[in-house]
Amino acid sequence: MRLHSFLRAVVQNAVPPLILGLVIIVTWHALVTIFETPKYLVPLPGAVWEAAIVHFKKLAIATRLTALATLCGFAASLLVGTVIAFAFSQSRFARLAGYPYFLFLQTVPIVAIAPLIINWFGNGFQSVVLVAFIISLFPIITNATSGMVSVDPDLLDLFQLHKASRWQVWVKLRLPASVPHIITGARTSSGLAVIGAIVGEFFAGYGRDQFGLGYLILSSSDYMRMDQLFAAMIASAMLGLAIFGTMGFLSSTVLSRWYDHE
Amino acid sequence: MTDSPLIDCRQLAMSYDGTEPILRDVNLSVAEGEFVSLVGPSGCGKSTLLRLVAGLREVSSGSIKTRGTEPGESSLRTAFVFQDPNLLPWRTVAGNIRLPLELPSGCGEASTKSDRGKLIEESLKLIGLSPEDATKRPRQLSGGMRMRVSLARALVTEPELLLLDEPFAALDDILRQQLNEELQRIWWEKRWTGIFVTHNVAEAVFLSQRVLVMSRRPGTILGEIVVPFEYPRKPELRADASFAKLTGEVSTLLRTAAEEAA
Repeated sequence: MRLHSFLRAVVQNAVPPLILGLVIIVTWHALVTIFETPKYLVPLPGAVWEAAIVHFKKLAIATRLTALATLCGFAASLLVGTVIAFAFSQSRFARLAGYPYFLFLQTVPIVAIAPLIINWFGNGFQSVVLVAFIISLFPIITNATSGMVSVDPDLLDLFQLHKASRWQVWVKLRLPASVPHIITGARTSSGLAVIGAIVGEFFAGYGRDQFGLGYLILSSSDYMRMDQLFAAMIASAMLGLAIFGTMGFLSSTVLSRWYDHE
Repeated sequence: MTDSPLIDCRQLAMSYDGTEPILRDVNLSVAEGEFVSLVGPSGCGKSTLLRLVAGLREVSSGSIKTRGTEPGESSLRTAFVFQDPNLLPWRTVAGNIRLPLELPSGCGEASTKSDRGKLIEESLKLIGLSPEDATKRPRQLSGGMRMRVSLARALVTEPELLLLDEPFAALDDILRQQLNEELQRIWWEKRWTGIFVTHNVAEAVFLSQRVLVMSRRPGTILGEIVVPFEYPRKPELRADASFAKLTGEVSTLLRTAAEEAA
């Protein structure tokens, strides 16, 4: 019964976007054919599909490396962001002093920072991870901090009444209370980490032996291979969707055990 | 020794820095094992007084002694029940009840795991919850059940002083009456000292030996009405003429308090 309703939900949710997708592909094909658009501007959907098949191995390798960089950067921001939020939750001074700088990090364009990072930390994977980390850090910090600070005052009274230490208040109250906030931040931040990794790869100077989707996008563009570019672009989007979807699934399974509506 | 009150407030005043005082000139003494209720207009400082007795806020002037010492330093086992059940959504019912036992002042004699288990079991039973409820999460419980768990969390520490801040205000009338009867039964069985803050006059009269009426803010105790009924009190008492007469007296005093110029 549960499996049945699950499958029905999948079908209900998957069918409308699939129909729209089909309409878009048909329209795309028709427009390109009617207007005889040159393939260095817009490739035919079939050509993109073909490129995806022909270069499947290349795409898979690239997607894997980008996914790895994304996950490393995202995991680091989750960990570091929570630690920074912990510091912020313990001291108003730390919060006031540190916050503007993290805001600065968030608002400065990542394309401006990326070359700097490559310059400082060298070409390759570590710099890509660092770019993904930096861009995805801020949502974790803000959400985790607000979760840790906005604890119910009555609960703080309860902990104080029983003479709890600061550490106990943090471990038994502030940290678990902030989990839903951290998850909300993590959803935003996981999507940003994908973008960070791809932007990082634009600058990371990967070569023929080791490359990610960002490199593939850039090199396809250099050679005017729009079919390859589209294939890489779609792979990037699918990677983002997969990571975002996993986060959504994790959050709803965790939170539905705690709260009625999520 | 038994003649000295468990709680002794003299000329108590309280205000947050530079703001209008919340309490003025409060003289209150509560004997060991006594059950008193505090009623008064909204915002008269009832809840603040309760938190002062618990040692959760600082007194501005005057003195407050619980068993002869300052509330913060007293070894008096104190528990607090809030208006909102304030359960931790990530813990099960048993986990919520266990919380105070994990904190320094709540441990008491129960140092081993099996001791704690026994205490949790006892307080579940005391409050009318079944062992199957122990593994549920707060979201699976009704409002009344949540309040029962909140009471169990307070009772598990085997308190000598139980402070209740409008615990049943959000419940419907029948549920409120049922919980009043159970609270009264538990008090009669355990004989902790209780201070019960409420807006509901019938509830105050039904539960307590004395009803104290507070003035408008800055609050002080205007008068007290002694409730002579024998314990354990039966639900039928509410229909008795003498009960109606007493609630009438309290209401009249309360109205004077509300209408009196500050």
